[in-house]
Amino acid sequence: MANILKNRELLLVAAIAVLLVLITWRFPAFVAPSNLARVYNDTSILIILALGQMAVILTRCIDLSMAANLALSGMMAAMLNAAYPGLPIPLIILAAVMLGTLLGMINGALVWKLDIPPIVVTLGTLTIYRGLIFLLSDGKWINAHQMSDAFKALPRDELAGFPVLSWLSLVMIGLVFLVMSRTALGRAFYAVGGNPHAAVYTGIDVGRTRFFAYCLSGALAGLSGYLWVSRYAVAYVDIALGFELDIIAACVIGGISIAGGIGTVAGAVLGALFLGVIKNALPVINISPFAQMAISGMVIIIAVAVNARAERRKGRVILRKAEAV
Amino acid sequence: MAETHLTPRNIPDRLEGRGARLLKSWESLLLVVACLIFLGNSLASPYFLDPWNLSDATFNFTEKAIIAFAMALVIISGEIDLSVASIIALASTAMGYAVQLGFDTPALVVIGLAVGLACGAINGLLITGLGLPSIVVTIGTMSLFRGLSFIVLGDQAFTSYPDSFAWFGQGYVWWVFSFEFTLFVVLAIVYGVVLHKTNFGRAVYAIGNNQTAALFSGIRVARVKFILFLLTGLMAGLASICLTSRLGSTRPSIALGWELEVVTMVVLGGVNILGGSGTIPGVVLAALIMGMVTFGFGLLNVPGIVMSIFIGLLLISVIALPILWRRARRRLAH
Repeated sequence: MANILKNRELLLVAAIAVLLVLITWRFPAFVAPSNLARVYNDTSILIILALGQMAVILTRCIDLSMAANLALSGMMAAMLNAAYPGLPIPLIILAAVMLGTLLGMINGALVWKLDIPPIVVTLGTLTIYRGLIFLLSDGKWINAHQMSDAFKALPRDELAGFPVLSWLSLVMIGLVFLVMSRTALGRAFYAVGGNPHAAVYTGIDVGRTRFFAYCLSGALAGLSGYLWVSRYAVAYVDIALGFELDIIAACVIGGISIAGGIGTVAGAVLGALFLGVIKNALPVINISPFAQMAISGMVIIIAVAVNARAERRKGRVILRKAEAV
Repeated sequence: MAETHLTPRNIPDRLEGRGARLLKSWESLLLVVACLIFLGNSLASPYFLDPWNLSDATFNFTEKAIIAFAMALVIISGEIDLSVASIIALASTAMGYAVQLGFDTPALVVIGLAVGLACGAINGLLITGLGLPSIVVTIGTMSLFRGLSFIVLGDQAFTSYPDSFAWFGQGYVWWVFSFEFTLFVVLAIVYGVVLHKTNFGRAVYAIGNNQTAALFSGIRVARVKFILFLLTGLMAGLASICLTSRLGSTRPSIALGWELEVVTMVVLGGVNILGGSGTIPGVVLAALIMGMVTFGFGLLNVPGIVMSIFIGLLLISVIALPILWRRARRRLAH
């Protein structure tokens, strides 16, 4: 019993279940399978982004530039499509992912090679990437009629009854899970965040590992850029403004420790779903959508307080000096 | 290759003299940059040097700088407060709501400051009381405080502020010196004295350099940090009064993104983001530089978002350049 209570993912599943029960009490149709699938689909982009943010946070860094990266990659994808309507969609997606990766590499290189604190780097690149969208688009909007039908249709196309967007997020969850659990890089993420000094002694290049974490978050932000723009069929400077906080919120709720080294893919996904359920439930139970921001703020604070209590008993500190750094 | 004999003469028994140290400091570099920008602006635009024009230019940075002083102390102590812009929004919403209930200017000021203090106390309690990391807590309260003002206002705005309230953001104390600029100068002196000349200031540095050592040398770490978050909240409340009074209206999106600009200002001022070092004169100079750059770009009709690219580049390069410089010097020395 005590073990179940300590399992963060199970607690989160329970919290989501309680939330669903409460919503059902006010509005029974919410838990219909088709609606739950819709809620999942609506949360897909947040899930993909939370996976990237998780890798970065695991290495004791943070990526505040993800939403700006998403917006810049998305704008580039939309402009590419508007200028060359004949370009195959996979190529556009590839371009968006590559641009996203490049932007992530810039963050990673500044953290790795110059040792600038990650929060400063990504605060800076956050404003720079946003500004670049303005320079790139000249402040103009790319509207639905400028995008080709194939461009807009892809995330909505159905495959075995579910939209491609949902499938894509499932694939990403699977891929990131494999990276985290089955590759040396995935273990390095945990090692670097858990104890950077010990990681160095085991032969892990801390800076390089962080660089790859930023590449991953950048690539996923780039992919999300295409998905966001094609799903909402519009691209402008301010898309996903402030979304970086939702991404971090999803991670914090999912039990990914901001101090690094602790967190699971399941946690990140459940954290994002928790926010997604709240966001989709507010309108149907007649709470103003304006309340969403305050609620996610409350949830972040409660989640971090709960997590901190769980982490405090994680084990004995045997090497205090290394632990303190 | 140079000879590297280590003779006693190679180890100085004291660091460079006061003058040399001052000359090589971050603050003097900022001063040079500030002078260059001032010169550049006055050459670029014939209207720049007009005293009234310069006075107008100060409105660009005074409100942010007021918060930056307190933020500098918080960052020196090794913490951060990302919720300041949201505190502005919540305090402004509270004042706007109070106007609807028929309160007058003195009450509005009290309400603005009280809301700021209350928000700071919430941050402080969560961080020092529960021992949570300040970056996550303030990301949470950032969302919570602005969220509350969204709940109250939605897509509406409060606009009917009393005429006497306009003085804080639009009034002048003497000649071209606005209330905001005077406040900026007074607070700069107060914070300079507190940080550099009092025990409290030394405690802030001590905590930022080594929290455990500070605790063992008898500093009440939690209490000092709590006071710092309280101060930051209070300053955000004060900035909220100035900004609300200057704009004459409150929307929930007021001061959106200011937390980044305030942090940029503090870091540009030479405060180490990891804590432990930094000075108030540096922050003052950084505020002047950011204000003048923004204003100069404005005179040249550069759009705001391009300015933000510049601010972002500035933030990264002011931290990167000294690191690169140190590395290049080390490479040359070998």
